[in-house]
Amino acid sequence: MAVQTAPTTSRGQRTLKINVTVNGAPHEVEVEARILLVHFLRENLGMTGTHIGCDTTNCGACTVLLNGRAVKSCTVFAVQADQGTVATVEGLEKDGKLHPIQEGFHQEHGLQCGFCTPGMMMTAVAFLATNAKPTELEIREAISGNLCRCTGYVNIVKSIDHAARVMREPAEGKA
Amino acid sequence: MIPASFEYAVARDVPDAIQLLASSGGEGKVLAGGQSLIPLMKFRLAQPALLVDVNRITGLARIRENGDLRIGALVREADLDTNPIVRERYPILVDTTRVIADPLVRNMATVGGNLAHADPANDHPATMLAVRASIVAQSQKGERVIPIDEFFVDTFTTVLGPNEILTEIRVPKPPARSGGAYLKLERKVGDFAIAGVAVMLTLDDKGRVVAAGIGVTNAGPTAIRARKAEDILRGQTPDDKTIAAAAAAAAGESKPWSDLRGPADYKLDVIRVLTQRAIRKAAARATGGK
Amino acid sequence: MAVEIGGIGHSVKRKEDARFIRGKGKYVDDVKLPGMLYMDIARSPLAHARIKNIDTSKALKIPGVVAVITGKDLVPLNLHWMPTLMSDKQMVLPTDTVLYQAQEVAAVVATERYIAADGVDAIEVDYEPLPVVVDPIKALQPGATIVREDREQKDNHIWHWEVGDRAGTDKAFADAEVVVKQDLYIPRIHVSSIETCGIVASFDKIEGKLTVYMTTQAPHAIRTVIALVAGHLGLAEHKIRVISPDIGGGFGGKVPVYPGYVLAIGASVLTGVPVKWIEDRAENIQADSFARDYHISAELAAKKDGTMQALRVKTIADHGAFDAAANPSKYPAGLFHIITGSYPFQKSFVEVDGAYTNKPPGGIAYRCSFRVTEAAFTIERLVDVLALEIKKDPAELRMQNFIPPTAFPYKSVLGWEYDSGDYGRALKLAMDTIGYAELRKEQAEKRKRGELMGIGISSFTEIVGAGPSKDFDILGIKMFDSAEIRVHPTGKVMVRIGVKSQGQGHETTFGQIVAEELGIPVADIAVEEGDTDTAPYGLGTYASRSTPVAGGATAIAARKIREKAKLIAAHLLEANPDDIEWKDYKFQVKGVPAKSKTMQEVAFAAYTNHPQGMEAGLEAVDYYDPPNLTFPFGSYICVVDIDRGTGEVKIRRFVAVDDCGTIINPMIVEGQIHGGLTMGLAPALYEQITYDEQGNIQGGTFMDYLLPTAMETPNWETAKTTTPSPHHPIGAKGVGESATVGAPAAIANAVVDALAHLGVRHIDIPITPWKVQKILKDNGVAE
Repeated sequence: MAVQTAPTTSRGQRTLKINVTVNGAPHEVEVEARILLVHFLRENLGMTGTHIGCDTTNCGACTVLLNGRAVKSCTVFAVQADQGTVATVEGLEKDGKLHPIQEGFHQEHGLQCGFCTPGMMMTAVAFLATNAKPTELEIREAISGNLCRCTGYVNIVKSIDHAARVMREPAEGKA
Repeated sequence: MIPASFEYAVARDVPDAIQLLASSGGEGKVLAGGQSLIPLMKFRLAQPALLVDVNRITGLARIRENGDLRIGALVREADLDTNPIVRERYPILVDTTRVIADPLVRNMATVGGNLAHADPANDHPATMLAVRASIVAQSQKGERVIPIDEFFVDTFTTVLGPNEILTEIRVPKPPARSGGAYLKLERKVGDFAIAGVAVMLTLDDKGRVVAAGIGVTNAGPTAIRARKAEDILRGQTPDDKTIAAAAAAAAGESKPWSDLRGPADYKLDVIRVLTQRAIRKAAARATGGK
Repeated sequence: MAVEIGGIGHSVKRKEDARFIRGKGKYVDDVKLPGMLYMDIARSPLAHARIKNIDTSKALKIPGVVAVITGKDLVPLNLHWMPTLMSDKQMVLPTDTVLYQAQEVAAVVATERYIAADGVDAIEVDYEPLPVVVDPIKALQPGATIVREDREQKDNHIWHWEVGDRAGTDKAFADAEVVVKQDLYIPRIHVSSIETCGIVASFDKIEGKLTVYMTTQAPHAIRTVIALVAGHLGLAEHKIRVISPDIGGGFGGKVPVYPGYVLAIGASVLTGVPVKWIEDRAENIQADSFARDYHISAELAAKKDGTMQALRVKTIADHGAFDAAANPSKYPAGLFHIITGSYPFQKSFVEVDGAYTNKPPGGIAYRCSFRVTEAAFTIERLVDVLALEIKKDPAELRMQNFIPPTAFPYKSVLGWEYDSGDYGRALKLAMDTIGYAELRKEQAEKRKRGELMGIGISSFTEIVGAGPSKDFDILGIKMFDSAEIRVHPTGKVMVRIGVKSQGQGHETTFGQIVAEELGIPVADIAVEEGDTDTAPYGLGTYASRSTPVAGGATAIAARKIREKAKLIAAHLLEANPDDIEWKDYKFQVKGVPAKSKTMQEVAFAAYTNHPQGMEAGLEAVDYYDPPNLTFPFGSYICVVDIDRGTGEVKIRRFVAVDDCGTIINPMIVEGQIHGGLTMGLAPALYEQITYDEQGNIQGGTFMDYLLPTAMETPNWETAKTTTPSPHHPIGAKGVGESATVGAPAAIANAVVDALAHLGVRHIDIPITPWKVQKILKDNGVAE
C-alpha cells in the first residue's frame, strides 16, 4: 500500500488527493482532510444510499464496508480510505440481480421507512461472510450497532436469516 | 457534526509518527481507530491542529505470544476477539473486548487507543490492571516498558508524554489453574459501563487463591485496582464468605460518581455484585469450567 | 384470482422496497439542486437569557459564508414570530430573549455544509442569564418567573381544559366503597426517527414559485400555512409546491413547523437560490418537538368487588416555552379523555392545565395518537393498583369490568362513541397464548425461593382516525382526507391520496384497497402521495389516521368508479344495469356468469366505446369526512424477570393481541406492531429527557438518550382478533400507534407485579435498574 505523507503547512483548508475504489470503481478526488467518509460518498460521489442518522456514532445508518470491514462511515475521515476499497448499498445489486440480503429484506418485510436499511444490510453482508449459519442471538448481536425505529428488529432478524439460508443453499435457490 | 479543519499526515513508521507529533508543538494527536477522537472532533470538543494517522504503520497490529501475550497497539477490538490464542488462553480479554461499544465500532477501535485515551469508562484499563499488563511506548528518548499500575494518572491522562506513542500491550501468560472474567453492566448494548469489574485469579492445587487481580471500570477518575479486595482473596479459598468480603472491599475502594448511568451508591452496589459474579466466573474458569 | 389481485387481507410484498433496498430512496438530504446553498443554525446554550449582542462579523468573513440571519433581519418581514398549530405563537428567531436551551438564535447560509458549520462556530452571542423555570408545577405558582413576556396574561398558565361531570364524579368518589389514587409522571421523551428533520427550499424568482422538499407528514397543511404566514412576501398558494419525498420515519415528529424550515424558505426567497437545511441529531433531540411530559394525578372509585364506577384525573401538561403541539384545535390535551379506556365508568371528570416552562416547545410527537399513550398508561396502571388494593387477579378484574361486546356502539361518559370492540376475547387470547395460569403458578413457586418474576397486562382501547369535521380541525382546516383515482384505457390505475407514508407502506396498502374494489391486480396500481401539486388536499399521516380517513376516501372513490363502470359494463353486455352484479371481481349478468366483463375491458371502453350521453373516462375523487373515529384495541401480556443484584428488568416474553378491524396487509400490520411495541418498550425502560435546574438538557444525544437495539428488544409475539369498524367503508380501524399506546403499561405492570409482594404499587417510567434496585434494597431483598 503506497503511503502518502502530507507536509505540514499553516492551518487552512488544504485539500489532499485521494484514490478510493468504491463498489469496484476507482475515484480520484481532492478533499479536505476533515471530510467524513459518509459525506465523501454522499456529496463528492453523489451516492446517497448511505445515510446519516446521528452525530455520536450510535445509529449505524452510515455503515459501509471499508477494506471489507463494516464501519460507521461518519466516524472515519475520507482520507483514511485513500488507497482502499469501500462497498456501499449501491454495489450490492450485480448485473440486475439482487444480493440475497436485499431479497431477504424484501421477502421478510425487513424495512419500513428504509432509512436504516442500507446500513443494516451492509452490516449483515459483512457479518454473514464470517458466520454463515448464525443463531438469532448472533444476528441480534451483529446488528446491535444499527438502530431502527420502525421495525422493532424482528423482521430484520428474519431478513438476515433468510439471506443466510439462501447463501448456504444457492443450488436450491429457495429459502 | 462537522469537525474543524486540521492538517493531516500519514506516518510511515513509529519514529516518523513521533517526529510529526513533536513538530506540532503539542497541537497534534494520534489518529488510530478514531472512535473516541473523531466523535470529540465532530462536536469540536477536540480541535487538534494536526492528526497523525498511524493506521498505515506495519507491524503494530500483530498478536503474538513470546512468553507473554503481546498485543500491538493497532490491533482492532474485533481482531482481538477472534484471535485463536486470545480465545484459547485469555478469555478475560475476549470478555472485555466484546462489551466495548458495538460490533461496528470494534472493527475500527484499537486496544492501544482504548488504553491511551484513558477514559475511566473504557473497559480495557480495568482488565489490564487485573492481569498486571505492561505498556510499551516509544518516544524520541527511545522505548520504555510501563507497568500498568503506573500508567493511568487521571481522567484522560496517562504517563505518556505528548510525543510518545503506545506501541504494544504485554499481558503475562497466566500460570496453570488461572482464570479471569470481565463483567460489565450497561444501560444498553453499546453504552459505557455503569460499572465493570475484571477479576484474574490463580489457584493452587488446593483451590486457594495464589494470585488475584481485580480492576474496576468507572470507579473514579481512572480505572482502579481493588488492592484490598485482592488482599482478602489471597491465600483463601474463594468461598461465599470470602467472595462477599472481597466484593465489599472492591466497592469500598471505588469512588464512582452519580450521573445519567445511575446514582453513586447504586454503582457501588453494582460493583459489589459484579465483583462477586466475576470472582465466581474466574474461579470456575481456573478449575476448567467456563 | 384473489391472490393475483392482492386485495384486502393479502400479505403483498411492498412496492416501495424496490428503491429502498437499492439505496435509491429519495430523502430530503438526497436532494441536490443547482446552485444550492446550505444553512446551519446557531443555538442558545442558555435556557432563559436576554440577548445583549450578536456578533456575526467573524462568521461573515469566512469565505463561502453568504449570509447570516438574525431576529432583527426578520422583523421587517414580520417573520420573527410564526403561529403554532395550537394557535399559540413561536419565535422563528429571537429579537431580545431566548426561552429554552438549543433555541435557534441565528442562521448561517453558506456555499458548503462544512462552511456553514464553521460560520455557526464563529458567531458570538452575548447573553445575560435570566431566572429559569423548568418545573411546570412551580411555573404555575404565583411569583414564578414568567416565560412568555409577549403574552398579555402574565403567568405561565396556557389553558385549562376539562370534560365530564365534576360534581357527579366527586359524589361518586365520596360514596365509593374503594378508592385508589396514583400520581404518575410520564416524562418527556423524543421520537428520534432515524432521519432527522430537514428542508430544501427553492424559490424561482422569475416564476414566483416556491418549491419545498420537506420532511413533513402533512404537506398540504404546510402549503396552506406557508401561504398564510408568508403571503405578504409574495407567496401565493397556487405557486407553492410542497414535496414530501421519502421520509425516514415520522411518528409525529415531522408534523410541526420548525423555525429551520421558515428560515430556509426565507433565505431562498431572499437569495433566489435553493437553500438546504438538515439538522444534526443533537439539534433534533434538543430542540424539536418532544412528547409526553404529563404530571398526572388519577383516582379510581370502585365497589368492594372491583366493579369500577368513577374516574377522576387531574393533569399538568408541560409544553415548554411555546404550545407547539399538533393537536386538533378543539382538544389542547388531544384525545386524553379516552382515559376511561376499556371500562364502562358511569362517572368521570378529567381536567388538564397547560404550563409554560423554559424548555423546548411541543408536546405530542411520539406515536401517541394525540395523548392516548398517556391516557392508556394511566388507566391500565390504575386498574392494576385497584387489583392490588382489593387483592384480585388483574386479568380477572379486567374481564369482570370490560365494556361487553353487546354494548357497542358504546357511548363513553366522556363523550366518545366507541365503534366496536370485544375486549374479553382479546384478553382471553392473550392469556391462552402466553399460558397465564401456568405463569401465575410459576410466579408463586419462584416467590417462595426469593426469585422475582412479574406478569403485566395492558388491555387498551385506542382512538384514531381524526376526524369528523364537526369536532376536528387543525388551524381551522377540517380533518377530512382524500383520494383521486384514475383508470387508464389499458386497465392500469393511478391513485393519489392526501396522506403521506413515512414507512407505513401506503404505495402497497392503498393499492390493495383499490385492487379489492376494482378487481385490478395491485401490481397494476400506482399510488402517489406527498406532492401538493398533484395530490388532492389531505391532512397528512399521523395519529394513525391514514387508513381510517384516506382509506375511507379511497374505497369510496373506487366505489364511485365501480358505479360508473357498471353502467359501461351494462352497455357492453347489452343488459339493464339492474341486471348486472359485481361478483368474483367481474361485472356479470345475474344468473348468466358467462356474460361478464372485467374492469379492464370496461376501462378500455370508457375511452373507446362509452355510452352516448355519458362522460368519457373512468375516474373519481372523494373527500371523506369520517362519521366517527375508530377504536382499535388489544390486550398485551408481558413477563419479566428481575435481577436481584443489579435491578435489571429482562423481558422474558411479550404477547400482543391486536384488533384493528379489517386488515389490509397482515405482513405490514404485524410490522407496525413490532415497531410500535419497540417504541413502547423504549419509554418504559430506557428513554427520558431531563433538565437540571438551569434548564440544561441532561443527555441530548444518542449516547444518553437510549434507543433500544436488537439486543434490548425481545422477540415480539403477535396475534389478532378482528372486530371490524361498523362505520368504516372497509371496516378497517388503523393500527400504527396501538402498540406504542398499549405496551408501556404492560411492562410497567409486570415490574410492579414482580415487586407487589413487597408492597410496591407503582414505579414511574422509565423503570431503570437503579429504581428497581433501590426498591429491593429498601425491602432487604437485594443481592
